[in-house]
Amino acid sequence: MSVPPPGSLTQLERAAAFDPALPDAYEPLFVGERRVALDEVLTRYPTRMAALLPALWMVQEARGWVSEAAMAEVAEVLHVTPAYVKGVVTFYTMYHQRPVGRHFVQVCTTSPCNVCGAEDVVRAFLTHTGSGEIGATSPDGRFTVIEVECLGACGFATPIMIDEDVIEGVTAAQVPEIIARYP
Amino acid sequence: MGYPHPPHPRETVLLSQYFGDPEARSLAGWRQRGGYRALEQALAMEPTAVTTIVKDSGLRGRGGAGFPTGTKWSFMKPGDGKAHYLCCNADESEPGTFKDREIMRWTPHALVEGCAIAAYAIGAETVYIYIRGEFTEPLQRMTEAVREAYAAGLLGPGAMGGKARIDVRIHKGAGAYICGEETALMNSIEGRRGNPRIKPPFPATAGLFGMPTTINNVETLAAVPHIITQGAAWYKAMCLSSPKSPGTKLFSVCGNVRRPGNYEVVLGFPFEEFLYDLCGGPPAGRKFKAIIPGGASVPIQTMDEVRATKMDYEGFVAGGSMLGSGGVICIDDAQCMVKQIGRLARFFAHESCAQCTQCREGTSWTTKIVERIEAGQGTPDDLDTLLEIADNMTGKTICVLSDSCAVPVVSGIQKFRDEFDAHIQGHRCPFRVAAAAA
Amino acid sequence: MITLTIEGRQVSVPEGTSILEAGKAAGILIPHYCYHPGLPVAGVCRMCLVEVEKSPKLAPACATAAADGQVVHVHSESALEARQGVLELLLINHPLDCPVCDQSGECELQDYTYAEGRRSTRYREPKRVNPVEDFGGDVVYVPNRCILCTRCVRFMETVAEDPVLNVSDRGDHALIGKFENQDLTHPWAGNVVELCPVGALLSKDFLNKARSWDMDRAASVCPGCSQGCNIVIETRDNVVARLRPRPNADVNQYFMCDEGRLNYRWLNRRDRVAEPLVRRGDALIPVDWEIAIDAAARTLTGRRVTAIVSPGLSNEVLYLLRRVLERCGAESEGVFAVRQGPEAPLPGVPDLAVRADRAPNVQGAELMGFRRTDAPLDAVRSGDVLLLADADLSAAGAAVVSGALARAADIIVIGTTVPAWAAGAGAALPLANMAEDEGTFTNLRGRVQRYRQAKSPPALARPGWSVLADLLVALGDPIVVWTPAEAFSALAQAHPAFAGMTYEGLGATGTVVADAREPRAVTAGIGA
Ligand SMILES: Cc1cc2nc3c(=O)[nH]c(=O)nc-3n(C[C@H](O)[C@H](O)[C@H](O)COP(=O)(O)O)c2cc1C
Ligand code: SF4
Ligand code: SF4
Ligand code: FES
Ligand code: FES
Repeated sequence: MSVPPPGSLTQLERAAAFDPALPDAYEPLFVGERRVALDEVLTRYPTRMAALLPALWMVQEARGWVSEAAMAEVAEVLHVTPAYVKGVVTFYTMYHQRPVGRHFVQVCTTSPCNVCGAEDVVRAFLTHTGSGEIGATSPDGRFTVIEVECLGACGFATPIMIDEDVIEGVTAAQVPEIIARYP
Repeated sequence: MGYPHPPHPRETVLLSQYFGDPEARSLAGWRQRGGYRALEQALAMEPTAVTTIVKDSGLRGRGGAGFPTGTKWSFMKPGDGKAHYLCCNADESEPGTFKDREIMRWTPHALVEGCAIAAYAIGAETVYIYIRGEFTEPLQRMTEAVREAYAAGLLGPGAMGGKARIDVRIHKGAGAYICGEETALMNSIEGRRGNPRIKPPFPATAGLFGMPTTINNVETLAAVPHIITQGAAWYKAMCLSSPKSPGTKLFSVCGNVRRPGNYEVVLGFPFEEFLYDLCGGPPAGRKFKAIIPGGASVPIQTMDEVRATKMDYEGFVAGGSMLGSGGVICIDDAQCMVKQIGRLARFFAHESCAQCTQCREGTSWTTKIVERIEAGQGTPDDLDTLLEIADNMTGKTICVLSDSCAVPVVSGIQKFRDEFDAHIQGHRCPFRVAAAAA
Repeated sequence: MITLTIEGRQVSVPEGTSILEAGKAAGILIPHYCYHPGLPVAGVCRMCLVEVEKSPKLAPACATAAADGQVVHVHSESALEARQGVLELLLINHPLDCPVCDQSGECELQDYTYAEGRRSTRYREPKRVNPVEDFGGDVVYVPNRCILCTRCVRFMETVAEDPVLNVSDRGDHALIGKFENQDLTHPWAGNVVELCPVGALLSKDFLNKARSWDMDRAASVCPGCSQGCNIVIETRDNVVARLRPRPNADVNQYFMCDEGRLNYRWLNRRDRVAEPLVRRGDALIPVDWEIAIDAAARTLTGRRVTAIVSPGLSNEVLYLLRRVLERCGAESEGVFAVRQGPEAPLPGVPDLAVRADRAPNVQGAELMGFRRTDAPLDAVRSGDVLLLADADLSAAGAAVVSGALARAADIIVIGTTVPAWAAGAGAALPLANMAEDEGTFTNLRGRVQRYRQAKSPPALARPGWSVLADLLVALGDPIVVWTPAEAFSALAQAHPAFAGMTYEGLGATGTVVADAREPRAVTAGIGA
């Protein structure tokens, strides 16, 4: 794996992610305000387990990815086992199980977009971000680019997602300009 | 249909009337446009009367299966001392489909209202709207609409001044096509892996959290307020072909087509006219080679096959395919069918929940073979193997994702055998060769 | 009750029975992988698809309720094709390494493929490979052989109630996973090895030890604690190689605990007393059985005896020992101690736990009138004959032992070993251990269960019932016992708790004694 990207991660988490000898460096997430927010989420469901997806989203918002240490904390808070949480995390593709670049780029390449040239868009992103390879992070830690299955925006080929933003109708030619918007 | 281009005169804009109109998004704007009158009207009726209207309207599920909505609602038996749930399926992940997204982006209150009416009719105290995680804008619009509706007393205890308590919760998915399958969706809300459940028990008996549950697609629920205000007879009368398929339907059109986007037409609309008049036909200088009329899970058709098709549940079946989710995928003659069939198989392999043997292993094996053929490494017996694997994968698993992967392969080999043969015999992709030469 | 026809055989089953279980009742095996009667139904492997007349699709027999009048075909063309399809798909990524796999010979993938599968594969793509993983406890995971039936996950989740296993990832990347540092250390976790229908979960203890076809098997009862889980003892070349659970719905369902499973090495001990011995001067020397029996009888006759017995001896042996004591002098008595260990329930099965009493026949010893005590050596009175019947006193302190030795006038050993401190015994009669003998134990709920002989005893060691019958005759008892069945019947005639029982009648799963105690709760949530 490449050097941990800056941004989105705390210093300690980055250290813990790459040095297994430092597991104690983990700082609990569900304290203070975030704990209050989770408690509010819990009121929406009849079971604690049902708050698992929302809780994982909170982790990812805060830390940029879902580390094993975070899974263990979520497990404790929701009264399930860490193994259970991991089974769920690995099922859903949107939870990052390792740190990603400061900006996470997802390009739809499923057939409807594929026939409209989506693969050219992917190639343009790989080239212009410098990440070079699907799933790899660019050396400056700025971008991770992946192919994604149908984003539900097929009429606006090629749709991409950068972080929370959906950009429709992207062509390979527009890629450099789009990248420039995400420092 | 409004967005991204103005409605075509031959469209019948009911659900899509305010697409592209930002003011329709707010509660005030929605009320100005007649919003929440249907809910008010519904709450003044007996719940069973609401169900009867929906039943009489002939409305069928827009999520793919086309099950009569009123009949589905009548399976719920409120007053049994249990909790009851309504799930709104906004997971919209079927390749080629992007209609629910636009409903939620432009008219979020239409969905909130539809959910509230349905919840009242079936006696559900809580509604979960399951929105796929990639839908960041729809998530934001829906969250805001729900917040507004609570603040205005339209939701919560004594919803709209009535006796019923209706809670609407938004649940954000996290990247899994299979969570659109109704029982997988319920597992996902419960905080589990999105594995479809074996049926029986059916959701109306034991669904979400083990309680009686009804699940409906976004478009289905968004149609309900119109039926309440304008009546079952009015809705049922909107019909161009089969009387079993009344109402309007949003068709998402994408791929190699001049004017992609959502189009709302009355069911039974002639497909050829739809493709050419409304959608503008293929890109300049090209021809439609293949049409997948109902999302990635339905049989691929040639242009000749679809020419006479009437766009409703029965019409697409008569034409040899299915209406499915209403996602019309157009593929022109510059595309390699082997590659696209491989790409569809890859989609299903990526999305298999991994429970059933045939699906977990079959989707991936299929993908590998088709991609090998595309790469010029195929052998003549590969096609027989593919068809046999497809047969193995059909009708044998917990849900139909496995079948869905077999569908493009079988229909693709049937209809575009020449392209497969050209790859196998020529040991390369003729389209790649052509592209390289150009 | 509903009646249906499976493969032409009519069978009546209670409503709610699955087609798969109805098939079993009709004597028809419907091939399956993910289904296990001790686990919740998952319906995922799709191996059990059967043809049900008038039904448009094949039905999963494990997840489909049998219905009145149903006509089911298991061996029809379409059902067979479906199974062949599943088998082919289960094998595409499988390493086909049966020659080095421990499961070989008892693998359901191998068996069904051999019976019905394709002769060769059509798969030409690269295979998925994943490294072997240590799951902790006694278990290793070989993912390349895993068919993802999820039996292991379901066991840990719903039976052990310790969900440390999961299905990770999805699509064809899916495999069984666990969390770092959270191992299969639950006291019952080893059952996943049994439950795994293929060679994906293996016992480290048994790894590469024996091929399944090289082993002999005997139905037995676990000697580990008073629960009395039914087991199979598997031996290779007269050496116990492993213990596995044997189903008994009333005792252990399909399971046994890890401690019991791994506690078999003592059955293979080499430091056994293998010949009858009597004292000649300073030494115990080997003699013929008659001479040793005679010596023991002479020592016991008319003397006050304190017998310290093992609660691991069979009901029959304990009964005969009791009769021996009755032939000895006044105030003779028998005592026993029970080694203690922590209790550990299997939450998903009512009244199943590793019991604190780590001996299989505590109840039997009590029923035969032996007194339970924590300090058995203290029972030895001055001038007594100490009759040591295979009791393990290794936990006793040196002072306690020497005190008892000083009080005992004579020592007779009847057992599998002669402890060093008892080297001064007048005679030692070598016994077969429980794997080398047959007999019955009474478990903590009063269930009398038979165990069969799994291996032969060393040299001249003999079954306890036979040795004691000879000793009784030498003591003037008119008893006639030539077989274990006769030993049991002598007990059944004499003891009201066993009245009416016959050795054969105990069958494979046992019979409860007449005055069986009510189950008592061992831990919150268990028992009753
Ligand atoms: C693999 C699979 C994926 C599905 N995805 C969706 C989906 O994204 N949205 C949806 O509304 N229905 C989806 N469905 C259909 C639902 O299971 C269900 O039939 C539908 O939500 C019911 O609502 P309706 O009666 O209003 O159509 C899917 C079904 C399957 C088998
Ligand atoms: S068919 Fe595929 S997606 Fe559906 S339940 Fe089975 S494995 Fe999961
Ligand atoms: S390890 Fe064995 S029991 Fe567990 S899922 Fe795999 S094959 Fe089934
Ligand atoms: S296929 Fe690309 S968004 Fe649907
Ligand atoms: S045994 Fe029935 S599906 Fe696995």
